[in-house]
Amino acid sequence: MTAVSDRDDISSLVAEATDNRVNIDFESEGMTLNMGPQHPATHGTLRIVAKLDGEQVISAEPICGYMHRGYEKIVEVRTYPQINALINRIDWLGSFANEVPFILAAEKLMGVEAPPRAQWIRTILFEMSRVANISLFLGDFGLQLGGMTAGFYAFRDREFVLNQIEAATGGRFHPNFDRIGGLKDDLPKGWISDSQVAMDKLLAFCDEMENLLVGNEIFQSRTRGIGVIPADVALSYGLSGANLRASGVDWDLRRDSCPPGLVYDQADWKVWTHPDGDAFARTWVRLQETREAAKIVKQLLTTIPAGPVMAKVPRIIKVPEGEAYVATENPLGEMGYYIVSKGDLVPFRVKIRSASFNNISVLPWVARGAYVPDLISILGSLYFILGDIDR
Amino acid sequence: MIRLSSADTTETEAATAAETPIVDERREALLAEFTARLGEGVLGSHIRAGDDLWIRVDRSVWRETAETAKAMGYVFFDYVSAIDWLPSPFGRDMDAQEDLIVSGTPAKEVGPMTHGYAGGETRFQIIARLYSLADGMGIHFKTDVPDDDLTAPTWTSVFAGSNWHEREVMEMFGISFAGHPNMINMYLPTDFQGHPMRKDFPLLARRVRPWPGIVDVEPMPGGAIDDEEGESE
Repeated sequence: MTAVSDRDDISSLVAEATDNRVNIDFESEGMTLNMGPQHPATHGTLRIVAKLDGEQVISAEPICGYMHRGYEKIVEVRTYPQINALINRIDWLGSFANEVPFILAAEKLMGVEAPPRAQWIRTILFEMSRVANISLFLGDFGLQLGGMTAGFYAFRDREFVLNQIEAATGGRFHPNFDRIGGLKDDLPKGWISDSQVAMDKLLAFCDEMENLLVGNEIFQSRTRGIGVIPADVALSYGLSGANLRASGVDWDLRRDSCPPGLVYDQADWKVWTHPDGDAFARTWVRLQETREAAKIVKQLLTTIPAGPVMAKVPRIIKVPEGEAYVATENPLGEMGYYIVSKGDLVPFRVKIRSASFNNISVLPWVARGAYVPDLISILGSLYFILGDIDR
Repeated sequence: MIRLSSADTTETEAATAAETPIVDERREALLAEFTARLGEGVLGSHIRAGDDLWIRVDRSVWRETAETAKAMGYVFFDYVSAIDWLPSPFGRDMDAQEDLIVSGTPAKEVGPMTHGYAGGETRFQIIARLYSLADGMGIHFKTDVPDDDLTAPTWTSVFAGSNWHEREVMEMFGISFAGHPNMINMYLPTDFQGHPMRKDFPLLARRVRPWPGIVDVEPMPGGAIDDEEGESE
């Protein structure tokens, strides 16, 4: 618990320190460094145009759009079940988590509620996506900072989770398993005990990463004090997820504003925050989050209620007229869908509020005055998936 | 949880007018507070009890709305976007002509323009959402933007995060934001013609190619297939 109010004036201090570091008096002609669109640290095709003065970044402007797929337009001509298959591809590392807020928003408009068993399995798969997503981040971030081993370990251990997701849904990456009113199928035989084993492996992976990566001296020296984002800046940019919590804001939609249809209150878990707001804090918070997610899964697996996994819904889904916004705490942060329905087979308008779009928009602010190698630390620690920016 | 410093929205007087059968006192109070602060600026509102609050404000107080909300503890910036309320001029759900032949339905007449919660008068509406971590509530703000003057004041001076969102609205809907520091395209090439998210911007691939999925969602006599999206291979 940290008092955010004490940290309120830090943003001006950080800005001042940045201005001091960027020495205007000795400003050279400068150069422009183009990073991307193809770069391992960009998780897709993000291009960053950085203006440099020596080793310092004067300005860094991300250029998006290399992967813009126009989901908001195409969903206007797709029925709700079809959209469910499409929006898997927004954040492709935690794809089941993309489906949930959309389905919940549609359910809210229709007044349908999934049966308890479906709610349990939804929450379990949601948290499994988080484990799969963030465990890859831990490895990948190590990779970007020169620690190859972490990357291999992450790819190896993430497979345990993906195997479980595949066993339940049929898809490693794009489950398309959630339905309005419940789930496509019940769990396969033996899945629950297998998942317990997989989650134990992932908990061991977290311990390993804590020693190998987060405890590593080189890693710490490359991330501590780098890319500090104070709480008020984080809020005004709409940063969410671990990026917000690493700035000391104790806020988690799963705990504080959980939409009906997910059963986080049935498990005992913690929200971790870190007061520093730097790249290290963001990594550390994510590491703890992976642990907590695995714990949530382990607890919920023991308490899945019996019953059907699908509520009674019409075969042809028409969503009644209305507007609804539902957001959930996805692996990358707050992901929400604002659905405007006119009572048709297709939505009239869907606004996709994706986490990475807001998370990465802070980059020009935070990169100013940083050194070039730190740019990788900052980018990597903000953690975005390009599909989640461009949509 | 942390209470952010400036959050203080508790009002002693709840709003008198209860439109919904279940009275959501916290949101009614919040709405009353907003109406008190913005006065004539509040044009319409809608409360879904226990869930959400929509407030439609006049365009002239759009920036003041953000400032007022921020002062009231609504410090978390969610998004800014827009809605084009024009019914699609491309007929029923923008189906391809081939689809209409397959399903045998004539193209639907374009209905009158209707607006969503909190009303509206113009084709384009800007919609934004702010959140209060202390209250645990969010507010949706809407404002009308008339066709002959598609501009609105920017929020960037209040919420830095709206920078990119407003750029996206500009390129997708053609609504520009006065005072925005960097009003350039977010995704599209600079020489792109048109504004893709407008309803009269045709989705060409959809217009010219028949879509096999349309067969699945049409009501079938008997309804033998139980899966609502089963592929008819």
